Parts: sequence; C-alpha cells; structure tokens
Amino acid sequence: MDLERTVLALIENDARLSTKTLATMLGVDEAEIKALIEKMEKAKVILGYNTVINWERMGDDGVTAMIDVKVAPEREVGFNSVAEKIYRFPEVKCVYLMSGTYDLSVVVTGESMKDIAWFVSHKLSTLNNVQSTVTHFILKRYKQDGFIFEEPEEDKRLVVSP
Amino acid sequence: MSSMNKYISNVVKTIPPSGIRKFFDLVAQTEGVISLGVGEPDFVTPWHIREAACYSLERGYTMYTSNQGLLELREEIAAYEKRRIGIEYSPEKEVLITVGVSEAVDLALRTLLEPGDEVLVPEPCFVSYAPVGVLTYGKAVPVQTYDEDQYRLKADVLAKCITPRSKVLILAYPSNPTGGIMGQEDLEALLDIIIKNDLIVISDEIYSELTYYGKHVSIASLPGMRDRTIMMNGLSKAFAMTGWRIGYACGNQDIIAAMTKIHQYTIMCAPIMGQKAALEALRHGETEMRRMVDNYNFRRKLILSGLQDIGMDCFEPRGAFYCFPSIRVSGMSSEDFCAGLLEEEKVAVVPGNAFGENGEGYIRCCYAASVNNIEEAVAKMGNFIKRHNKIPIANIG
Ligand SMILES: Cc1ncc(COP(=O)(O)O)c(C=O)c1O
Repeated sequence: MDLERTVLALIENDARLSTKTLATMLGVDEAEIKALIEKMEKAKVILGYNTVINWERMGDDGVTAMIDVKVAPEREVGFNSVAEKIYRFPEVKCVYLMSGTYDLSVVVTGESMKDIAWFVSHKLSTLNNVQSTVTHFILKRYKQDGFIFEEPEEDKRLVVSP
Repeated sequence: MSSMNKYISNVVKTIPPSGIRKFFDLVAQTEGVISLGVGEPDFVTPWHIREAACYSLERGYTMYTSNQGLLELREEIAAYEKRRIGIEYSPEKEVLITVGVSEAVDLALRTLLEPGDEVLVPEPCFVSYAPVGVLTYGKAVPVQTYDEDQYRLKADVLAKCITPRSKVLILAYPSNPTGGIMGQEDLEALLDIIIKNDLIVISDEIYSELTYYGKHVSIASLPGMRDRTIMMNGLSKAFAMTGWRIGYACGNQDIIAAMTKIHQYTIMCAPIMGQKAALEALRHGETEMRRMVDNYNFRRKLILSGLQDIGMDCFEPRGAFYCFPSIRVSGMSSEDFCAGLLEEEKVAVVPGNAFGENGEGYIRCCYAASVNNIEEAVAKMGNFIKRHNKIPIANIG
C-alpha cells in the first residue's frame, strides 16, 4: 500500500478525517500522518481544503458561468501569461487550458448575471490576446466534486439483518 | 380469527424464529438509531453494474434462463473461481446459479441428508444452517469455536462431535458473525477427520474476498477435497449486491446435477436481471470491489481500536465486516446488553447468542458503516459500559 496516495485519496473525499482517525484506519502512528500531510502541503500536493456548499439551500441565488475563451498565444509564454491575468481575479474560480475549439475555460461566480456580464465585457474581453468569449450560465447543479446536490444518497438498508 | 397453528407442520414449529428478527422488531420501533446491526455492505451496487442491468431490461431480458443459469455467466463464474481459488469447474456440469448462497445451502442439505443424518455446524455462525438442516430432516450438531482460538474450527473439538450419523460439515470462513478466518494450515488440520469419516463439506465462501490477511484458501483446493466439497460463493457481499439474490454452488457433477433437480422444480432459475448484473460484476467489477474491500479494512482497524479504547475485549477479525467483542465487562447477557444499548444510547448491535448458544456474552458489530457512525457508536457504547461496568477495568479511555 502506498501510504501517501492512500491518505490523499481518503482526505480528498473527506477533508475532515482527523489525523488520529486516519492513523487508526491505516494502522500507523498519528505523528507519521501529521508529518505526511505537512510534507504534502509544503510540496503543494495539497493546496487547500474546501467545503462543498449548496448555497441555493441557504436561499442565495448567486450565479456561476463557464466561459469559453479564445486566445492568441504569445511567443515564449504561450497561454500562460493570459491565463495568469485571468486567474488573478478573485471572482474567477477555475481556469483550464482546453483542447478543441477554444483555448481557456474559465469559471466565474457573481451575485447576479449583471456582475458576470460586467466582468466579461470590462475585464475579460478587453485583455490583449483574448479574441472571443462565449458565456454559459449554470442553471442547476446536479453533482459537484463528487456530491449529488438534490437527493444525497441515503442509507436504505434494514437497520438489523443477518 | 381462530388459530390456524394446528395446520402447521411439526418440523416448522420446532425451528425457532431467528433471534435477529426479534431484535429487528425492537430496533424498528426506535427512532434515530445508529446501526451497526446490519449484515450487508454500506455501498450501493456500483453504478456500472446497475446500469448494465437497466440496459438488459431495456433490451427485453425478462424471461426464464436455463435451470442452471445463463451459460455465459457460468463460464464467467468458472473463470473467476479459477482466479480466486485455483480450481477449474466445468461451466456445463459443475456450476449451478442459485438465488443467493442461501438457496445453495438449502439445496445442498436437501440433496445430502437422509432423515437423522447429522450436519456439523461450527458456531457461532450465520443463522440459517441449523434451521435449514432441521427443515431437511437432518439434525444440526453445533461444534463450538472459541474466542481464544480466533474462532477457528479445531480438529479435537470437531472429533468429539462426530457420530456414525455425521454426514456434512459446514465451513463458513471468513465468518459471520466473528470475522474469523481459516488459513491453509487450519484447514489441513481437519482433513484427516473429514476424510476418515467420509464427510461432505459445504464451504460457504461468500466473504472470501473480504480477507485482510493473506489470501483466502478454499478447502476444496486441498488434496482429496475437490469432489468432497460443495463450494458456495455469491455476489452479495464482495460486489455489494445483496438485493440481486445471486449466488452459486460449484462441485462434483453428480452433486450439482442432484441439486439442480431440486432447484428446477422449486425455483426454476435465478432471476435473469440479477444474472445479467452478475455478469457485469464479474467481468468489470474487480477495481470497484477492491476499493470497497480496502475501505472495509480501514474501518476494521478504526472500530477495533475504538473498542479497545473503551475497554472491550475483541479478538482481531481478519475477514468479513464484523467484529465480535466480549461484553464480559458489563456482566449482562447479550440480549440485555443490546436492548439496554438501544434504549439508552440508540445504538443497534446484534446479540451474539443469535448466532448460536456460545455467542452468549458477545455482540456482533458490523463496521460497514460510515466513519462518523462508527466513531459515534463506539463512543456511545463506551458511555454505556462506563455506566454499567461490573468488572473494574484498568484503563477505560
Ligand atoms: C455466511 C453467510 N452465508 C450466506 C449468506 C447469504 O447470502 P446470499 O445473499 O448469497 O443468500 C450470508 C448473509 O448474510 C452470510 O452471512
């Protein structure tokens, strides 16, 4: 068993597993788990710990858009410098370089469609090298980061069985 | 309405209702229970298997199959068993697909027993062997296995239970409820008695993929045992497919043919949807199955360490997804302990005596439960024990 990969896979699914629980589950010392996680954090293998939240259940109606961006790559740096300019905006949650008909895929959140429209017209399209954008608004989230939003799967087993 | 009991046959009257059933009724009346009382995986059948079954329904596979089951599936089972235990079974003559291992046990006992023949049943064990033995007019003879032997069946204990009527020995390892396993040497130690007394072995290997130490060894793979063993396995536990009701028996062709005769009149065939799903599981389910097994192993260690922390003695289970701690510290009977734990802490576990008389003084905890539920349930058991502790323990965590 590759301990590092096993720990990473376990906390990828549940970041709240304590180092004590992890140590017990894997049959190693807690100190070893702590050291391992620290090492992974230092090496930037672990970048951070998020919580998957269904804001809609809180009555919030923020919006998220996925924007396809066509970019003219630059000599030497390719797409990196323009990607960097885009991901610095805090409202940008993800930036991916894509194969296919466009180059960058950008996920942006805002409080309203107006917010996002403003971001696209004022910030994104005006960047040098950005040739065109296509904005898709997310209408409904079914599943995100492994979690089903509408009907989390419940335990349907009988409470006692042979 | 007048009682119709007089119409019920004496054999049926003599078998006791399952101890688990009784406890189930109690738990069902309580709300907000954390249950470690289940006997099945906490995973839902992997999606690719469910999807394959849906597809087979869409394409109209809704009919009977041959009595023995789809040949395609028997071939896949033969290949799987070759990989798993190294034995070649002929898909045409030596494999019978059944409605779970449950049906296979029933068929085998009905096939083998004459009235008065004895079935040796190592206890504590899964609830159905002894009653089925009785229903088939045999006599179930409990053979004790012990905590201090890690619940392995010992030759000297077995030898003492042999009579001229002994005919069948049931071996079900990894064990429900104890989690005990039998390694190659443990099995070899039994061969003399088995062969000398001309016993047939029913080997229920339904938990074999859930073996956490070494590789599972089937008694059928030992010298002289292939034809003497009816090897049973199923998809319920390893592939998280309890509700599909697919199991199978492999063995000598004469025995399989005789079992098929009963099966064809009483069951006809196992459901085709289940068979189609099983086909997908055996062809493409290995990765998911291993992932589930790894996950049980993590939680096995978690619960074991938790039980130790609260001062409960528990031998280390090496298979299945149960542990079987002693409740000696409480000074209570298994049933009182379980009823009390349910009432005071809303945690459900199963009284050990449901699995045989010598399960008294123990409880079965299933760790096919979420990490949170395991931790919470163990903590609550700890509170319960502190409150009822009759025997001072040095260090309760
Ligand atoms: C040891 C043992 N054998 C057989 C069974 C029944 O399995 P199946 O679902 O294949 O009928 C169980 C179920 O709990 C079991 O624990």
